Amino acid sequence: MSGTGANLAGTAPASPDLFDKFQPLIDQREALLSTGITDPFNLVMEEVISPTVAICNGRETILLGTYNYMGMTFDPDVIAAGKQALEEFGSGTTGSRVLNGTYAGHRDVEAALREFFDMSGAMVFSTGYLANTGIISTIAGKDDYIILDVDSHASIFDGCAMGNAQVVPFRHNDIEALEKRLKRLPKEAGKLVILEGVYSMLGDVAPLDKMVPLAKQYGAMVLVDEAHSMGFIGDHGRGVCEAQGVIDDVDFIIGTFSKSVGTVGGYCVSNHPKFEILRLVSRGYVFTASLPPSVVATAATSIRKIMTAKDKREHLWKNSRRLHKGLTDLGFILGTKEPQSAIISVIMPDLERGAMMWEALLHEGLYVNLARPPATPAGMTLLRCSLCARHSDEQVGDILGMFERAGRKTGCI
Amino acid sequence: MTDRADVKTRLFGLIDQYNKKGVEVGEETRFAQDLEWDSLTVLDFVAEVEDEFDILITMNQQAEIEKVGQLIDAVVEMAE
Repeated sequence: MSGTGANLAGTAPASPDLFDKFQPLIDQREALLSTGITDPFNLVMEEVISPTVAICNGRETILLGTYNYMGMTFDPDVIAAGKQALEEFGSGTTGSRVLNGTYAGHRDVEAALREFFDMSGAMVFSTGYLANTGIISTIAGKDDYIILDVDSHASIFDGCAMGNAQVVPFRHNDIEALEKRLKRLPKEAGKLVILEGVYSMLGDVAPLDKMVPLAKQYGAMVLVDEAHSMGFIGDHGRGVCEAQGVIDDVDFIIGTFSKSVGTVGGYCVSNHPKFEILRLVSRGYVFTASLPPSVVATAATSIRKIMTAKDKREHLWKNSRRLHKGLTDLGFILGTKEPQSAIISVIMPDLERGAMMWEALLHEGLYVNLARPPATPAGMTLLRCSLCARHSDEQVGDILGMFERAGRKTGCI
Repeated sequence: MTDRADVKTRLFGLIDQYNKKGVEVGEETRFAQDLEWDSLTVLDFVAEVEDEFDILITMNQQAEIEKVGQLIDAVVEMAE
């Protein structure tokens, strides 16, 4: 035995290649790329000019698929705060929040979140994904039940899979389906209902005003993911639960710094009196390095500016309504009948035409997200547009012109 | 007291509604491989079964159920 494994080839039984399971996806990808189309999942932004413009393939491109809802990424105050923290505190913390990874900036961004949401507790994670998995897998234990919308984000499902609670999905946004399941749960069991404010694929909003009281009526705690609404929806930008008047009945709000806030990181805010204990028991909080000082400094500055950015929220609503109406008038099929958020999803007939349309838009100078199963519901292919408060009226007009030309060229309209 | 034969008849009736490929169904029929149901069909079917028998079938339990016969046994046990 040499230990290299090289001479075992002849004697060991042939094992399957662990990558065999990816073959259908490899085949599908190769078939798509063999048509000569630009790879929709491999785009490089060579330069970023502003929250709404970048250079892609040497061409100036309007960004309409970035989740940069409030356009904070180039805000001068945000940049200055990041630079100062980078110089004063260094490039990284090299440690967990519970050991050497909590700096003044981490405390400050949690204070900013408590101010923003007017809640007593705030915990910052290294990403939004970690906030969902870290909270959900920790608070729902073996004999507890999680009841969740079947269109929930992957990080919510992964949080369920990492824990060992009993998981009960219900049909998307279906109030009756939720109630039927709540009714059948054992009375004595712990219950957590998980909802999202805005569902990111179609950009539709949950009927939280009905669902949250229902969950409470059956004794459940409620967690709402407001990733796509924070900063934009609600008078103070606290999300759909604020806009629909049920925020006081929500036990946990989860969100991210990588959308409206314009950097990276995740958080959970709550008024639960024992909330702080989660810092010691949530593995997604304990067993990973904390955010770099520059990131928490940019986040804190951005959050405090977004808090009062009423004019930007209004402009973003105006942009969303105009794009929704314009695309509808052009004959595109959209994910929602009315604009419900800053996400406008254009439904494509199939992946191939979706990719063609995506490429035609890119050639026009417009970037949108191409979304496809398993991320999308019901096997749909979507061209997902997310607007920014910094898109000018002129840019929205240009965007509609690009959609019209690309749509006609590819036969989508 | 839940009669297995009765559960079986009612479940076969429900499966029939979603059996668009017209696959012949027996207790050994597998939902994913034989009936070729996708996740959305499974969700709708499970909801129908839950309503029919006034039970809850969690995702954890669904993961254990591959074949029609296993579903009959699970429903009989839960509906008791």
